[in-house]
Amino acid sequence: MEIGLTHYLTVAAILFAIGIFGIFLNRKNVIIILMSIELMLLAVNINLVAFSTHLHDLVGQIFALLVLTVAAGEAAIGLAILVTYYRNRGSIAVEDINLMKG
Amino acid sequence: MYQAIVFLPLLGAIIAGLGGRILGARASYLLTSGFLVISAVLSWFAFFDVAVGGNTYKIEVMRWVTSGALEANWAFRIDTLTVVMLVVVNTVSSLVHIYSVGYMSHDPHQPRFFAYLSLFTFAMLMLVTSDNLLQMFFGWEGVGLASYLLIGFWYQKPSACAAAMKAFIVNRVGDFGFALGIFATFMIFGSISLDTIFADAPGQVGKTFEFIGMQVDVMTTICLLLFLGAMGKSAQFMLHTWLPDAMEGPTPVSALIHAATMVTAGVFLVARCSPLFELSPTALLVVTLVGAVTAFFAATVGLVQNDIKRVIAYSTCSQLGYMFAALGLGAYGVAIFHLFTHAFFKALLFLGSGSVIHAMSDEQDMRNMGGLFPHLKITWFLMLIGTIALTGFPFTAGYFSKDAIIEAAYASHSGMAPFAFWMLLLAAFMTSFYSWRLMFMTFHGKPRASSEVMSHVHESPSVMLVPLYILAAGSLFAGFAFKDYFIGHDEALFWGSSLYRAPENKIVEELHHVPGWVPWAPFVMMVLGFALAWLFYIKDRTLPVRLAEMHQPLYKFLLNKWYFDELYDFLFVRPAMWLGRFLWKKGDGMVIDGLGPDGVSARVLDVTNRIVRLQTGFVYHYAFAMLIGVAGLVTYYMFWGAH
Repeated sequence: MEIGLTHYLTVAAILFAIGIFGIFLNRKNVIIILMSIELMLLAVNINLVAFSTHLHDLVGQIFALLVLTVAAGEAAIGLAILVTYYRNRGSIAVEDINLMKG
Repeated sequence: MYQAIVFLPLLGAIIAGLGGRILGARASYLLTSGFLVISAVLSWFAFFDVAVGGNTYKIEVMRWVTSGALEANWAFRIDTLTVVMLVVVNTVSSLVHIYSVGYMSHDPHQPRFFAYLSLFTFAMLMLVTSDNLLQMFFGWEGVGLASYLLIGFWYQKPSACAAAMKAFIVNRVGDFGFALGIFATFMIFGSISLDTIFADAPGQVGKTFEFIGMQVDVMTTICLLLFLGAMGKSAQFMLHTWLPDAMEGPTPVSALIHAATMVTAGVFLVARCSPLFELSPTALLVVTLVGAVTAFFAATVGLVQNDIKRVIAYSTCSQLGYMFAALGLGAYGVAIFHLFTHAFFKALLFLGSGSVIHAMSDEQDMRNMGGLFPHLKITWFLMLIGTIALTGFPFTAGYFSKDAIIEAAYASHSGMAPFAFWMLLLAAFMTSFYSWRLMFMTFHGKPRASSEVMSHVHESPSVMLVPLYILAAGSLFAGFAFKDYFIGHDEALFWGSSLYRAPENKIVEELHHVPGWVPWAPFVMMVLGFALAWLFYIKDRTLPVRLAEMHQPLYKFLLNKWYFDELYDFLFVRPAMWLGRFLWKKGDGMVIDGLGPDGVSARVLDVTNRIVRLQTGFVYHYAFAMLIGVAGLVTYYMFWGAH
């Protein structure tokens, strides 16, 4: 069986959907939300690389590298925020993070 | 001179009223009393010039209202009727001012009190000097305002505030009639100037106008409407309820306003409009009926009251009934004569009772008095003079004026005259009884007050006694000195054109030619009343108690003033309160506020509360909202945005 563009896109879509559900269905830990966001970014990367190969255009792969960098930075900042948050409030459970509640 | 008489009290009122805080109490009462004394002296000069000398004046002060055909200017109409009222008002008012200096000496608001008193005097003078009905209405409302302010002078007392409001509101009923009367006068005569009306009135006799399908007599309507105003101000039967409550005010006020002057404004009005009333026999019958019923009714209530001031208040009401009865019989001069003498002895009685109240440390209930004679000999003597003048002891003031009214009632050919005669005669008996009852309960018998109060009982200072001496002299001699002028030989000359009697109305001559027993009848009634009072309150004090127990319903009926207050409370006050409450709670609260401001704000709150609940604060909810938004946008562009 030939592995084509469609398969890659399907995997990416599944990963993206898992990421989204990870955000919404998770009720416990903020770290899982961060991980879900990573997962969604990875799904986007797979899309970019797949299209790059399919269209024979290297710009897509460069874009994927860029996204990886941003994701790494974002993870670093997100985790740093989490650490300080934990120090301040003693919890990082999702239910407890609702300071913006009206 | 007349400008000074009328405007000096106003000047005093303005200075004491606005500058009282700066001037202080002493300067305020010196100023207002001084002005009033000047006014009073000038009034007596005017009296001898106009009433005895026979001059009349008309003094234009300023233009006031000119609107189309309506023209009303400030002018003084100075004739005998006016100067008699000037003398009464200014004399009593100046004496009351002086008396108040002593009576109110412990009060912290003296400048305000004297300003009100002077304001009242000014309004009353405006009323009696008026040349047209509008000016009279101005004075009429002015005295009503001053009366309201003075009844409610001790505004810390809820009962005083309630009494002030009651006086004002009950008077509105009468004033409504008076205002309608003025409108009717203008409609019929095209003018409200007294001269024009009086000149044109004979031409309107027998004419009618249509009112809701009925033909109504013009003159009778106008007279009855004006009389309604007089009834309100003079506390006549049905509109009398405010007068006894008005005793909540300081006693000098009761003496000046609610005995001597303001309440006689109605009598003055009818006398002034005698050229109109004389043309309407129906209206005169009504006036007689109301007067006689009031005289009788108020006297019956006076029999059983226990508050010393209320007894005198009902006595005033009753005496006003006498005056109206005389007016209704066409004996205008006799009515004014009684007004004149009544002012002296009723002011004397009120100020004397004020002296008693002052001595008893503000006790007004006669059941707690008694035995004051050894302590208050001068006051006792002055009250005695007032009492014999009121009951009509021979050769005192009341003897001439009140007996003349009773004789007029006998002599008159009016259809109401026999009824009035017997009512007034019975009222004379009761007058004597309740007056002597007051004397006996207050001054004689054993002291019923606590020994602590009795130890403080003291005679009033001379600033309070001197006005009483003058009034006592008036009570004794005013009748004898002036009877020839007011109702005797010089009567026609004295009144001149100020009072009008139809040519066939010869009541004043006829009342001197009644059968021999008639002049004696009031005297007999007086003696009987005295004897009964002596029997009840000196000889056997258990007798009235047993009598009251025997006739419990009658006693209760009288004690509760014929249940008029309860009746009015049921008929008018409570429905009005209910309506007011209904409009307040349902009309304003529910409908207007509910649909208006309160409703709108409540809906806005509802909406925002729901929106607030959207803000959960959970990150994933916001993320979800963003996702839905993005999905929506993408869907839109995919299906519709491409075109």
